[in-house]
Amino acid sequence: MSILVNADTRLLVQGITGREGEFHSTAMLEYGTNIVAGVTPGKGGQTAINGRVPVYDTVAEAVEQTGANATCIFVPAAFAPDAMLEAADANVPLVICITEGVPALDMLRVYHVLKQKGVRLIGPNCPGLTTVDEAKVGIIPGDIHARGPVGLVSRSGTLTYEVVQAMTDAGLGQTTCVGIGGDPIIGTNFIDVLDLFNQDDETEAIVMIGEIGGEEEEKAAAFCAREVRKPMAAFIAGRTAPPGRRMGHAGAIISTGGGGTAESKRQALEAAGIRVADSPSHIPQLLRDAGVR
Amino acid sequence: MKLQEYRSKAILERHGVPLLAGITATTPDGARDAAQTIGGAVVVKAQVLVGGRGKAGGVKLAATPDEAAERAGEIIGLDIKGTTVKTVLVAPAADIAHEYYLGLILDRATKAITVIASAEGGVEIEETAKTNPEAILRLPLHPLIGLQEHETRRIGFFLGIPAELRREFAKVMRGLYAAFVESDADLAEINPLVVTDDGRLLALDAKIVLDDSALPRHPDLEEMRDLNEEEPSEIAAREAGISFIKLDGSIGCMVNGAGLAMTTMDLVKLAGGEPANFLDIGGGAKQDKVTAAFRIILDDPNVKAILINIFGGITRGDEVARGIVEARAALTRDVPMVVRIVGTNSEEAKPILAEANLITADSLDDAAAKAVAAVRGAA
Repeated sequence: MSILVNADTRLLVQGITGREGEFHSTAMLEYGTNIVAGVTPGKGGQTAINGRVPVYDTVAEAVEQTGANATCIFVPAAFAPDAMLEAADANVPLVICITEGVPALDMLRVYHVLKQKGVRLIGPNCPGLTTVDEAKVGIIPGDIHARGPVGLVSRSGTLTYEVVQAMTDAGLGQTTCVGIGGDPIIGTNFIDVLDLFNQDDETEAIVMIGEIGGEEEEKAAAFCAREVRKPMAAFIAGRTAPPGRRMGHAGAIISTGGGGTAESKRQALEAAGIRVADSPSHIPQLLRDAGVR
Repeated sequence: MKLQEYRSKAILERHGVPLLAGITATTPDGARDAAQTIGGAVVVKAQVLVGGRGKAGGVKLAATPDEAAERAGEIIGLDIKGTTVKTVLVAPAADIAHEYYLGLILDRATKAITVIASAEGGVEIEETAKTNPEAILRLPLHPLIGLQEHETRRIGFFLGIPAELRREFAKVMRGLYAAFVESDADLAEINPLVVTDDGRLLALDAKIVLDDSALPRHPDLEEMRDLNEEEPSEIAAREAGISFIKLDGSIGCMVNGAGLAMTTMDLVKLAGGEPANFLDIGGGAKQDKVTAAFRIILDDPNVKAILINIFGGITRGDEVARGIVEARAALTRDVPMVVRIVGTNSEEAKPILAEANLITADSLDDAAAKAVAAVRGAA
């Protein structure tokens, strides 16, 4: 097993004919992801990626024609909220939004509309997710993975690749790796993904990559202490980040009141019995120490 | 993006919040003229984005125009937490009978615009949260229908707004909410909101922080950016599309991705060094950005070495390496550089880097250690 996406995922790509959409759709197809349709308004009836993917004008039409059950959004920030709402309107149950820079107030409305419809949203401002050897949705490089027993959840992009690479190099493969995104308002949080990993039979251990800002890591730590009995390891980025400054990600900010520091997150995780690595390269050893083989 | 008090007040006034806007001045003479125009006692307030200006001597009362000029002369040029005061706001003085705190924030936990209200105005809300948390009302507003009248009434009753001012308070609440939503704010606060001795309800001080992601659709608000209070290097970085924050250390960092950029800083520190900056060059590590990033990092004379950490993924490592070598060739100042590239063709990248006398590293820990060693060698 694995979580969220697998070989049965029938993926739709919104913005497939754009530069990013085309580039990453090609990489997803190469990985073996089953992309069944693309949507670009005004380009319905054409094909994308060297004739391999039919393009539709609307999500509703794409879903009706192809039975798509997940969508990956690459459209620019100004149009991404509408793209997410269109996907929800067409009852696509899983929406993954890669786009960075979506205004927070737009996300507020999108979040609540999608939640009411029972649509799971991952992102925005996320690298997507990969179920190893089955489906890669988004922009995580495919070749850094190996299949194995570890589930990974992260707020970051390239930092996620760093940790995945370190695990693969150390012979620790992954079930699914999920990038939940670095924005203040995101569809799926740590606890949602930890819960899925906790219930997934194949996932024997879990790695969590957090960063400064907000209190989601602290809440996740409390959840893990209560619910999760699988071995875990964690890393928190931003120990040297100054307070009151946004560190690239819109959500990565230590409040001037002192909340959301790497130290407070580390303490919360350690109090929950989760070992926190000083460097991403130490994660494999922490997993080995916790008995993961 | 944080807005100055006078800009924040201008936005609130446009949305019907009662306040005494005042007039800005950049010279003592200007402050005298402003006080003359206003008439009566005024307060002269430093316009800076850092907190604690009152304690730093940046807010002073003046009974006459000449006194206003004198006070402005004291405040302009004053250093408040590293910011030199360039502008003052001259506003009518108010006799305060009661102070309140009223703010709206975008709360990431409840995923709602949330009202924060307290009858203990005039002090920082973080302070009240520590000393007297029961004195604070937190009220998340419905994300799809927004502020409702009954909520405004509830907030008014909680604060103990005098009965004769409840209609006026509704105007404040509606205006604050409209200002928040229409300018895509992260935070909008009135502190203090006051009742004056003569029974008026007024916003005496205001602060608005805008959502950077929404600025592209508010060109009028983008113009309110105060370049005086930003590091020149941070302004240059923004113009180049690079995410950059200046710090005090000696090891410049150039990284793709925000989380990895923070991690790189953390590992520099762990290896015994101090990072000079946060820098996320974004996806692809394109050459024009690498060039701009080099210039921005090396503009800081404290920088004694640069650590370049690019997790290419699907970007080709040899191309990134060539871009780094070419960009470096055009620089006027040179420091030791440690380069770590991961991704497709990263092995092919190494000879290119070595030939150009760049230090290569296999892992991030190794790169951080080599950068620290390079700084020690240079010192």
